[in-house]
Amino acid sequence: MKPNTEEINDLPTPSGSESNTQNRKKLSTQPGIVQGSCAFDSAMITLLPITDAAHVVHGSSGCASSMWGSAASLFSDSTLHKTRFTSEIEESDIIFGGAKKLRKGILELQKRYKPSVVFVYSTCITAMIGDDIEGVCRDVTEETRIPTIPVHCPGFIGTQNLAHRVVGETLLEHIIGTAEPDICTPFDINLIGEHSIAGVIRNVLPLLEKLGIRVLAKITSDARYQEICYAHRAKLNVVLSSQSLTSMAKKMQKKFGIPYIEESFYGVEDMNRCLRNIAVKLGNADLQERVQQLITEETAALDEKLAIYRTQLQNKRIVLDIVGFKSWLIVFASQKLGMEVIPISTKNFTEDEQSQIKSLVGRKSIILQLDTPEEIQQIINEHQADILIASRYQYTAIASNISFLDLNTERNRPYAGYVGMVEITKELYAAISSPIWDVLREPNPWD
Amino acid sequence: MAIVSLTSTSVTVNPLKQSQTLGAALAFLGFKGMMPTLHGSQGCAALTKVVLARHLRSSIPINTTAMTEVATVLGGEENVEAAILSIVEKSQPEIIGLCTTGLMETRGDDMGRFLKEIRHRHPELDYLPIVLVSTPDFKGALQDGFAAAVESIVKVIPQKSEKANICPKQITILASSAFTPGDIQEIKEIITSFGLTPIILPDLSASLNSHLENCHIPITTTGTNLEQLRSISNSVCTLVLGESMRNSAQILGQKFCTPYEVFNELTGLKATDRFLQTLAHISGNVIPEKYRQQRRQLQKVILETHPYFGCKRVSLALEPDLLWSTTHFLRSLGMQIHAAVTTTRSPLLEELPITSVTIGDLEDFELLANGSDLLIANSHADAISQRLNIPFYRLGIPIFDRLGHGQFPRVGYWGTIQLLFDIGNLLYQEEMKVRH
Repeated sequence: MKPNTEEINDLPTPSGSESNTQNRKKLSTQPGIVQGSCAFDSAMITLLPITDAAHVVHGSSGCASSMWGSAASLFSDSTLHKTRFTSEIEESDIIFGGAKKLRKGILELQKRYKPSVVFVYSTCITAMIGDDIEGVCRDVTEETRIPTIPVHCPGFIGTQNLAHRVVGETLLEHIIGTAEPDICTPFDINLIGEHSIAGVIRNVLPLLEKLGIRVLAKITSDARYQEICYAHRAKLNVVLSSQSLTSMAKKMQKKFGIPYIEESFYGVEDMNRCLRNIAVKLGNADLQERVQQLITEETAALDEKLAIYRTQLQNKRIVLDIVGFKSWLIVFASQKLGMEVIPISTKNFTEDEQSQIKSLVGRKSIILQLDTPEEIQQIINEHQADILIASRYQYTAIASNISFLDLNTERNRPYAGYVGMVEITKELYAAISSPIWDVLREPNPWD
Repeated sequence: MAIVSLTSTSVTVNPLKQSQTLGAALAFLGFKGMMPTLHGSQGCAALTKVVLARHLRSSIPINTTAMTEVATVLGGEENVEAAILSIVEKSQPEIIGLCTTGLMETRGDDMGRFLKEIRHRHPELDYLPIVLVSTPDFKGALQDGFAAAVESIVKVIPQKSEKANICPKQITILASSAFTPGDIQEIKEIITSFGLTPIILPDLSASLNSHLENCHIPITTTGTNLEQLRSISNSVCTLVLGESMRNSAQILGQKFCTPYEVFNELTGLKATDRFLQTLAHISGNVIPEKYRQQRRQLQKVILETHPYFGCKRVSLALEPDLLWSTTHFLRSLGMQIHAAVTTTRSPLLEELPITSVTIGDLEDFELLANGSDLLIANSHADAISQRLNIPFYRLGIPIFDRLGHGQFPRVGYWGTIQLLFDIGNLLYQEEMKVRH
């Protein structure tokens, strides 16, 4: 199941969504530079939203506990996925092999926790000592009839992208198409690659429901095992954010003839386009009309909600560090709110990326040459900015008499869909209008 | 005397312990100009960084040798060398703390030889201490890794000065992973109020003040510095806070004949009394008026709060050092220990004044804790508290769902008052619920 070199080289190209900005990071690892994440961790985060599954880490307890609780996802139903299982291999298991212990452990947990499915993740140590995870999974599946699925994605094989590929392959090989839904409708779609961090999918599902579009499988967010089995009966795959799962959509097109589109739930324009494209692809004129109507209603409602913030924020100037997913959200919000964005960055963008940035905010990004507080201060002064939005330099912002918003804060708010725009706007307004900046600027009374 | 039992299942459910590697990285953060570097897959460093950043709520310098699958097969020497050179070039650290991971320990990289040869090839790095610590994550727990990192530091860095030059006002403090940055800050303040100068290993307290740091600096900017470390040989004595640090004190004892004394608790009236008496004895000064007054306040607070503690049953899931001090403190208020789960072996466990203690996971804790009045564990036990509907006080590592948990002390008279109110309010609130 390990991806071959050809697949590794066939890496996605960047465009404007969350995983894009992550994709831009160099894909090779380099000693002395921490970049990217752990492949095992990424694979597990991608599958974790299958909520009635037992996720078993075959490795040291360090691997299991380090990533535990890091994805702040909200879920509605089963909570089994929040229970962390690990074979916790120890020195003796490394010497004698950990497969036996793993098998015993899986059988034990199946008895006690009754999962619908078990995912078994290999990690660096167990991959290196060559434990036969596939064999254990095959035996256990035969013995108990509970599907037990190996995920071969130890941390040292590479990056997040590769992990997503492994996950796609695993789902296709072991789950998708193994059961038939009771009924099929012409409006069945799959959502692929949105993991509903902070429950974002809840901002969108009601809209789809209103339109009469049925989400057959959410791969994977707040999903049950059974729905993933049905995924091959969808009429359309909607790939969101996680570009690397596009390879999975491509394979589903080949294998089951399901067309796919790549969309995003973030920002009003993208959300509108997403709904329109789903309707077009499902080829139903009536639905297209309903979508148009919904968009009109939702954008009108949104404009009304944003009106009060718009009066406060219009024409304010943002110096924005283009780094990560949230900076694009700020860009989308600034468009709706009539704010001006001065993009800055520490890395050289390509011409294409620069023109993409220009088309969004009306100017190319300033590339920081020195990356010092003085340089930031100069940019702030030159553009008479009202707020700095970045992951550092907050002290520079305070010293420059302007507000600051941290891009690094935890992602526990749902930013997707039309509702998400209100969320990010509130955050922006709270930062700009906060009285704390004046308090922090007060000089020491003894000076 | 407690009977120590090991959990007997083949699958660990909801692990309580964090890895040794994480513990070592945390300890290294208490030294100035440090770059903690993990010899393993880049994911090890990335995940360690995430856990520590969420726990300490600040940015964490950490680096990696970025071992890939191929590099692992070939051996890590090249990667270790490349990482060190790259870190020196980009971050100019004053010291590098090199921790191994389970992966590289399994492979069996001979780190001692690697370092020797790298040093031979790069004499320009002679000025730079590189402290090596073996921290496989398939054995031990955070507390062990934390202690091992400090041991490596005291082995390598402090050197005997040419002429014995004992400084009667300087003491060395070895503080285990049981103490938060706020605890260390309070301990430091207490010690300096006696006119003594503490050198604290590791000093995590200074990180509390770094929030207005102007620019992004990739190494630690606060903590105990090399000069202080080198002067440890002049300390008049070593105070060991937490049993797990005893080995480091013994090493210092062998190297410099420095006497040491172990304090396993610093919370509660008697524990603080003993600590202050010792400081008074070392310094020759009387206990400052400030602490005399705090002691009277603490007496009053114990009187005020004890009705809510008396005969209540508490279940604890904590690392050995913290389990010991918490057990003793809560028992001194009349609480009963309903269940105790811990992470790793320690000579303290068998001496605990309770019937049994389990080295296990949070599943064990959930089973054992049923029927108690209070849970004390790290943030991962929150779900258990909800399922069992038992009030929950967060202690240990990681704590990622509370603001300011590391800021306030739970040691000394003042810290004890704080802790009494924090836990007391949880128990009080529960009683009020029943009334309405």
